[in-house]
Amino acid sequence: MDVWASIILSVCAASTPLLIAATGELVVERSGVLNLGVEGMMIMGAVAAFATAQVTGNPYLGAVAAVIVGATFSLLFAFLTLTLVANQVATGLALTILGLGLSGMIGESFVGHPGVRMEALNIPVLSDIPVIGKIVFGQDLIFYLSIALLAGVAWFLFKTRAGLMLRSVGDSHNSAHALGIQVIKIRYMAILFGGGCAGLAGGHLSLVYVPQWVEGMTAGRGWIALALVVFASWRPGRLLVGAYLFGAVTIGQFHVQAIGVPIPAQFLTSLPYLATIVVLVLIARNRRLTMINTPAALGTSFVPDR
Amino acid sequence: MKKTLFALAASCAVMLSGQALADSHAKTKACFIYIGPTGDFGWTYQHDQGRLAVEAELGDKVETAYLENVPESAEAQRPIEAFARSGCNIIFTTSFNYMDPTNKAAKKHPKVKFEHATGFKRESANISTYSSKFYQGRYVQGQIAAKLSKTGVAGYIASFPIPEVVRGINAFILGAQSVNPDFKLKVVWVSTWFDPPKEADAAKALIDQGVDIITQHTDSTAAMQVASERGIKAFGQASDMIKFGPNTQLTAIIDDWAPYYVERVKAVMEGTWEQQDVWHGMADGNVVMAPYTNMPDDVAAMATKTAAAIKDGSLEPFTGPVTKQDGSEWLKDGEKSDIGTLLGMNFYVKGVDDKLPQ
Amino acid sequence: MRIELQKRPDISKLYSILSPLIALALMVVAGAIMFILLGKNPFHGLYVYFIEPLTDPWSREQILVKATPLTLIAIGLAVCFRSGNWNIGAEGQYLIGGMFGAMIPVLFHGWESPLLLPLMLIMGMAGGALYGFIPAILKSRFGTNEILTSLMLVYVAQQFVDWVVRGPWRDPQGMGFPGTKSFNDSGLLPKIFEFGDAHYGAVIAVIAAVALWFMLSKTLKGFEIAVLGQSPRAGRFAGFSAKQMTLFAFLISGAMAGLAGIGEVSGTVGKLDDKLSLGYGFAAIIVAFLGRLNPLGIVAAGLVLALSYIGGEAAQISIGVSDRATRVFQGLLLFFVLACDTLIHYRVVLVSSVKARM
Repeated sequence: MDVWASIILSVCAASTPLLIAATGELVVERSGVLNLGVEGMMIMGAVAAFATAQVTGNPYLGAVAAVIVGATFSLLFAFLTLTLVANQVATGLALTILGLGLSGMIGESFVGHPGVRMEALNIPVLSDIPVIGKIVFGQDLIFYLSIALLAGVAWFLFKTRAGLMLRSVGDSHNSAHALGIQVIKIRYMAILFGGGCAGLAGGHLSLVYVPQWVEGMTAGRGWIALALVVFASWRPGRLLVGAYLFGAVTIGQFHVQAIGVPIPAQFLTSLPYLATIVVLVLIARNRRLTMINTPAALGTSFVPDR
Repeated sequence: MKKTLFALAASCAVMLSGQALADSHAKTKACFIYIGPTGDFGWTYQHDQGRLAVEAELGDKVETAYLENVPESAEAQRPIEAFARSGCNIIFTTSFNYMDPTNKAAKKHPKVKFEHATGFKRESANISTYSSKFYQGRYVQGQIAAKLSKTGVAGYIASFPIPEVVRGINAFILGAQSVNPDFKLKVVWVSTWFDPPKEADAAKALIDQGVDIITQHTDSTAAMQVASERGIKAFGQASDMIKFGPNTQLTAIIDDWAPYYVERVKAVMEGTWEQQDVWHGMADGNVVMAPYTNMPDDVAAMATKTAAAIKDGSLEPFTGPVTKQDGSEWLKDGEKSDIGTLLGMNFYVKGVDDKLPQ
Repeated sequence: MRIELQKRPDISKLYSILSPLIALALMVVAGAIMFILLGKNPFHGLYVYFIEPLTDPWSREQILVKATPLTLIAIGLAVCFRSGNWNIGAEGQYLIGGMFGAMIPVLFHGWESPLLLPLMLIMGMAGGALYGFIPAILKSRFGTNEILTSLMLVYVAQQFVDWVVRGPWRDPQGMGFPGTKSFNDSGLLPKIFEFGDAHYGAVIAVIAAVALWFMLSKTLKGFEIAVLGQSPRAGRFAGFSAKQMTLFAFLISGAMAGLAGIGEVSGTVGKLDDKLSLGYGFAAIIVAFLGRLNPLGIVAAGLVLALSYIGGEAAQISIGVSDRATRVFQGLLLFFVLACDTLIHYRVVLVSSVKARM
């Protein structure tokens, strides 16, 4: 296999879970809700996917289970923050802590088993094209889904009436409510979608990335997905760029090491986090850019007046 | 998966008495402190196999208990003491950084015996240290790698630049150079013992850098899976990882703690336990090579021969002439390394394509 | 039938006190259900978890040790959260505080003086405050989201401290293992009891809690924090600056986290090593909310959470419930606390007919 093609494939694998989880969170935040529980939903998806694939022998059922479990788990967050108007930041954190613990308990009996891998869909002939063949036609289903999902979300948010409604809820829930839009219902749906996406992202980790179950295997990827949404200033196109940039740094740090560049490993490891901070500052400085896209009601609770 | 480690009634009795009394148990109780989950299929898994061997061998004369995921810090002292207070007669602490907490707990509980793996401090009479010469297995692996590699470069996924790991890297390259003097080794540091996605990323990067054999000093099976996906060969670490790469694993260094654990628990039972410091290796059955698979017969035969020579003592991996990475001479022709240098090893030998993180 | 909330005209005094207790009760019920699902006797399980540790002086002292850093961090976070600033990077400030505090005893290792300890504590607070200042200045200058920057900085701090203890500050006599030289006696926080583990950090935590409680409830600054936290707009009309408040809140919470860090380094570990980060910075968020963001409530909440850690270990030893159960308990507890807090501000009514659309 061509070296560059295989490096690009590694980058795709590293970027895909980030992209999926961030796509889901983007929709949630566009509806005005900040769900910090991505990491927790992701790890629940990972354990559900692994367990289901292990029991049924079918990785695709595993992926479906990941979506369902991620979405179900997000309902907890939705109920607390929307129905009981609890603080979103704290509830999201609770979701993460609970997810990490619960997945560990559920997965206890699956530790140390080789998992069922979701194989790449090698489309005959086309995937044999040199260099680009493998990249365009030889990846796993979840990779293609991640791209389709992003495109679908971009279309939904900016080209459909429902998408407009969702954005208006995120900009001002009070005005949206006054216009007769069902704020709470839309937010419930958005959170469920975000949960499903986070679950699928976790499923990618335990089905494609490393087909095994390991406690805490998300290792902070949920938090990176959150940062990516802000990094992308809530625009799907930029999300794609951000996720792949991050994937490239993740893979690139090991290449830099293997080539023998004398930089402490700890510095390289912290590079992606520093990069996120820099980007956060850069986009925040650009007022015009942030103002247009930031959901104004982000993180605030809505209680309808009666 | 969890065993009920205590009968309910027994623990109620302990509970009511408030203080657990070692003498109140007719059975000998052996307790284990683990750094990872018992199902890591690497380091901790093997220690737990040792615990199970104790149960199997000594039957109802013993009971065992363990704590997993105990942080390797001063925090560890509390669980160790909790064990000592709950009536354990002998406590095995199975990671290097439990050294200070184990010594502190040993001072406070003179009646309990302590066994600390891979450490060197024995500050009171009731604490022993034990370790294994894993590097012997690395030497065999290096020879195999040099025979089989087409690119002449192997990849090494390393955790932390501690002597234990550096020793393994050096033994590997010395083994390889005994077959092919120009053999090269690329090292990637991942700063973790256990993070499968990260270990997988490192393996992919090494493969893309042109290595065609992977070995690792991290505890998960992720690198084995990546190697198998990419169709290259790899070595298992700490445990036989053949089921993660049936067509990939060449061999694995298996840490077999069972003989030692059975021996020491027995000694406590019979009242013959004494403080000691052991560094066992292949000769004692503590370092075992997994079956040589996925390689031609002549390579397997060579590996078998080397392992036998190490076992009977006729071959010591760290025997001169050995040159350090900076070009200076370390060991003269025929000279063997002293134990102190091995235990504190902080330099590379020639042929390692990496700068040792300082 | 569905749930509807009616805003109370005033916050309910009764539920302010009752809600954490209801949350605890709910957690006990959930815990019992969990034990049943795990096939354990729920009463015995809960007893081992939450009562038994309180019956034994040794365990009580361990709870105190564990509660100390949690409480210190959480009271700082309370100031931050009350002012509407979401610092979730306390773990990083804790680490950098520990590192700064260790600077003098590491760089001037031989220096013995009664001044050493106070200087270390001050340096620790300064380190934490400085590190907390980064997300604060980014927020007030550029409007950067502090949740994300403070969190990202945790990972950076972990890597940085890791590099420091493996590189420039590594003990040359430490056999290559990460960690600084052990501090002299004058650099150690004294123990409260002669042979115990509890150190004077616990006393400092209580004093700090009282001081911050006084500031929050009895001073103009406390009023300013409350106003800006409730409504930044209203605060502006009152002439308060939200930007300066961000800096102030982060400085306070950073300093408290830093103090917790050096407290652990000097009181528990006795040197700076690579295992300082144990997630206290995150667990303290639960503590802050469980204590209803009131420093005195947080002292109690810190003890409750510490109990869940110690009880978790006891449960692992005596009934074989894994350590994950502890995290599930903690997550559930935070959920219940948040849900019950609704009762303080709202009346919850069940509506049976479709009266008004949401």
